Amino acid sequence: MANSKRPLPQPTPETQHFWEGTRNGELRLQRCDACAAVYFPPRPFCPECSSRMVSVFSASGRATLHSYVINQRPHPAFAAPYSIAIVELEEGPRMMSNVIGCPQTPEALELDMPLNVVFEKQNDDITLPLFEPAGDRT
Amino acid sequence: MTGVAIVGAAETTELGVIPHMSQIQLHADAALNALKDAGLGIADIDGVATAGESPTGIAHYLGITPTWVDGTSVGGCSFMLHVRHAIAAINSGQCTTVLITHGESGRSNVGRGSFRGMGASTLTGQFETPYGPMGPPTMFTLPVLRYMKDFGLTHEQLAMVAVVQRQWASMNPRASFRDLITVDDVLNSRMIAYPFHLLECCLVTDGGGALILTSDERAKDFPNPPVYLIGTGESVETPMVSQMADLTSSRAFRVAGFAAMKEAGIKHKDVDHLMVYDAFAHLPIYGLEDLGFCERGEAGSFISEGNTAPGGSLPLNTNGGGLSYMHSGMYGMYAMQESVRQIRGTAPAQVDNAQVSLCLGVGGMFGASGCVVMSRAPH
Ligand SMILES: [Zn+2]
Repeated sequence: MANSKRPLPQPTPETQHFWEGTRNGELRLQRCDACAAVYFPPRPFCPECSSRMVSVFSASGRATLHSYVINQRPHPAFAAPYSIAIVELEEGPRMMSNVIGCPQTPEALELDMPLNVVFEKQNDDITLPLFEPAGDRT
Repeated sequence: MTGVAIVGAAETTELGVIPHMSQIQLHADAALNALKDAGLGIADIDGVATAGESPTGIAHYLGITPTWVDGTSVGGCSFMLHVRHAIAAINSGQCTTVLITHGESGRSNVGRGSFRGMGASTLTGQFETPYGPMGPPTMFTLPVLRYMKDFGLTHEQLAMVAVVQRQWASMNPRASFRDLITVDDVLNSRMIAYPFHLLECCLVTDGGGALILTSDERAKDFPNPPVYLIGTGESVETPMVSQMADLTSSRAFRVAGFAAMKEAGIKHKDVDHLMVYDAFAHLPIYGLEDLGFCERGEAGSFISEGNTAPGGSLPLNTNGGGLSYMHSGMYGMYAMQESVRQIRGTAPAQVDNAQVSLCLGVGGMFGASGCVVMSRAPH
């Protein structure tokens, strides 16, 4: 995929740690110190119990393919067809991403298949978390 | 019952491709038609609600001095929420006669403000946009593979939603697409975003609609029989489809639908006619289940077996829906217009003795919902 033209995120104070993490090869999530809920996207309080006592931690990067579409229409930054996926992280939260490193077909993209995070640098500030088939893990 | 009724309802004079009208004029054309339908003048209106345009712009353009305005904008179901809010406003004496307008130059793009995309610093801009979604066809559709795997919904059953709605559209002279189609036609139409084919995605057209609401007491003195509003509900879940709590069910549908049916005091068997906002073919499936008309996982076969088709036990999306009738972008207004026509007995594909119609709207990509129950009797 030609990624240079991707519409890139602009971090905010509340999401800074996430994008700092991806730059350093870590997928960072947050966990509530009060009720232990793990959540995403980032915010400085727990969406389950509203506690402001929360911690950032590095996730395993292991996930499964929860759902997806394969876009057929031309996008300035992507070579269609390409997958847009919702992955379920081992720690519970789900996030949108792309599954790369395999054919972009229904046959290759099997629901619930194991995935691993890979980090794709876009520029000096932004590195995106993408996912590829785990292959060796079942 | 809510104590408020619809006494005026109309769509734009034309529907479909209307390049000779700007978006705000589509609002006005529908509003003027609704005023005529109600036998009212503009000076009779003291409440204004709209989405897509600002209520300030609509009030000024039409020459209204309102004592109540509502600009709730949560996507295509905003108009259902306007109905709900207008009921509260009328009942509390903040206004007496509310005009709700919709107009959208979705296809011709005349006089339509620049699309406000989600900025790169919003949560959507940070955590969805970088992965290449291109609007509703790649976002609203994202949950359905999960549903298909969990409940065994087939591609053929998904296609049947479009097939059945075309049957309804074939009876409607104002529908954009009226030629009957088969499952093969749907599955052979161009792939937009797997698993969705072109005929499983809504139209993109121009049009508008307007409603006029007033109290039950006054509602009897209008040219058309009142369409009583007997129950409403609303809710929101998430602006990010990737963050739905359950990709196989809409929390906003469940909350809004439950509230509306509870207030109306009705059971499922009391509903003669159903509208479920269908931006894409899976929406009626989610709607039927989240409203409780079908058990989880059974709506696909319910539709495939003809239960929602002409002659079926639960007529659904009888105007042809967003898939075949029209879809300007914020379709909720047209769903309510069809419910009004069915209750008045004036629909092109009229359901015999439609006493109660339930109309469920969606906003964003499963982000919001509004539900309105209409009745021929005040209850
Ligand atoms: Zn907590």
